[in-house]
Amino acid sequence: MNIIQAKKLTHDYRKVGDDGETETSCRALDNVDLDVAPGQFIAILGHNGSGKSTLAKHLNAILTPTDGTVWVDGMDTRDAEKLNAIRQTAGMVFQNPDNQIIGTVVDEDVAFGPENMGIPTEEILERVENSLKTVGMWEYRDRSPNRLSGGQKQRVAIAGVMAMEPKCIVLDEPTAMLDPVGRREVIRAAQKLNREKQVTILLITHYMEEVTEADRVIVMDQGKILMQGTPREVFSRVEELKEHRLDVPQVTMLAHELRKSGLPVPEGVLTVQELAESLIAASRRAV
Amino acid sequence: MIREITIGQYYPADSVIHRLDPRTKLAGTLVFILSLFLFRSYAAYLVATVFLACVIRASKVPFRFMVRGMKAIVVLLMITVLFNMFLTPGEPLVKLWKLTITREGLELAIFMAIRLSYLIIGSSVMTLTTTPNQLTDGLEKGLRPLNKIHVPVHDVAMIMSIALRFIPILLEETDKIMKAQMARGADFESGGVVQKAKSMVPLLVPLFISAFRRANDLAMAMEARGYHGGEGRTKMRPLQYQKRDRIAYLTLVVYLLAMFAAKRIAGF
Repeated sequence: MNIIQAKKLTHDYRKVGDDGETETSCRALDNVDLDVAPGQFIAILGHNGSGKSTLAKHLNAILTPTDGTVWVDGMDTRDAEKLNAIRQTAGMVFQNPDNQIIGTVVDEDVAFGPENMGIPTEEILERVENSLKTVGMWEYRDRSPNRLSGGQKQRVAIAGVMAMEPKCIVLDEPTAMLDPVGRREVIRAAQKLNREKQVTILLITHYMEEVTEADRVIVMDQGKILMQGTPREVFSRVEELKEHRLDVPQVTMLAHELRKSGLPVPEGVLTVQELAESLIAASRRAV
Repeated sequence: MIREITIGQYYPADSVIHRLDPRTKLAGTLVFILSLFLFRSYAAYLVATVFLACVIRASKVPFRFMVRGMKAIVVLLMITVLFNMFLTPGEPLVKLWKLTITREGLELAIFMAIRLSYLIIGSSVMTLTTTPNQLTDGLEKGLRPLNKIHVPVHDVAMIMSIALRFIPILLEETDKIMKAQMARGADFESGGVVQKAKSMVPLLVPLFISAFRRANDLAMAMEARGYHGGEGRTKMRPLQYQKRDRIAYLTLVVYLLAMFAAKRIAGF
């Protein structure tokens, strides 16, 4: 069974005008279909306003569909009685690290989720230790979150979600406010969770470099899914992505330009290593 | 720089007093303060002094930290002492121009001075040995019976601990906004009180807006992590009375008896 399934998901943001009567609505999601199998690492790409964050909020029942349905592990997100179960199944990490840390000490913050679930004390301690160790923040357990770097705070936030032992974690632009080092730390932590604990990960981002190792990339534009496939498939369509003002990783772009100017380089190159190897092979053939 | 401000005045040390349950410390402080007002006699205050000295000694916090709290109330203390000294009617002792110091006035002034300073030192012992978190935890659990008369104890404790977490963040934000405004020519330093107050407006408006935005984000994050109020919540480190807490409560009872005896028997 799919861990997350959306069918014809549509969402309108309604805004009441200044006179209190006229209603303008803005379609953020338009007939989105999405299936995510357990254990996958999915990356969702898109511009600001492409609907990717709105989609993320549907997966945790923070928003409910205007039309269509979302199922999380078989539970309809509109079912108010299942709300807690849904939130325990699909955890969520937000963009601003400061605004999602509740505790005044790192380990207290990680314990917040399990405490809400009513987990017994000994098990909370165990879960807190495990999650902090997984994200590499165990040494900081008795620090104040205010003294951590952005990347560290975001890893604490991930540990906080992990301690609830969800089957799926949605990360909504977790790296947007971080420096390159912090970005790498956070992406590593997410990948580790996916590989070692088989947690399904949905990573929402607009940094192309972060998605090259995903199982599947979904590109969104104006509330619709523009294209989806493996990173290689998606990044092979450089021209199409450019039309929608979306970037591709630098090395992919370089390979694309080289190919256009006549070198025998494949489309959809994802790593520097790959490009180097194909260039060496090409030069050998030329000799 | 502004990051270094710590809230409360916790003094980390490893002492019996530090390890006591926050509820014990709250109750102890309350009993101590009440005892100062209930037993008005020199002998009783002697007992209180000995008790306070022992607790301070046991807490391993240097005495100067306790006195630090006194600075804030020096003015208040002076006013209270002077007013009591000169304005209490009774048997005149000294006459200075139009002012008379009476025997009753002098006595009252001394009592007030002792009460006020012991009150401050006593509560300092508590705040110096208890982290703000432990305090809110202690309040939450200690006041739980009030839930029955519909006082939202858990919510208040949650609000307090979130406030504690966000004070440094908002301070940092204030600093940032101030610098941004100063870079564009804002002047927070010069001018009179009115001018200064006016120059705070461009600081406060963005600060409030950002605080509301943060509150919204935080509420969403809390909901996403399954927060649904205090019902059915467990604790990672639940407060539990230990043997040392029972000993502390016993000590308190002995202290109260000593106070009572001192006042009755010594009679002065």
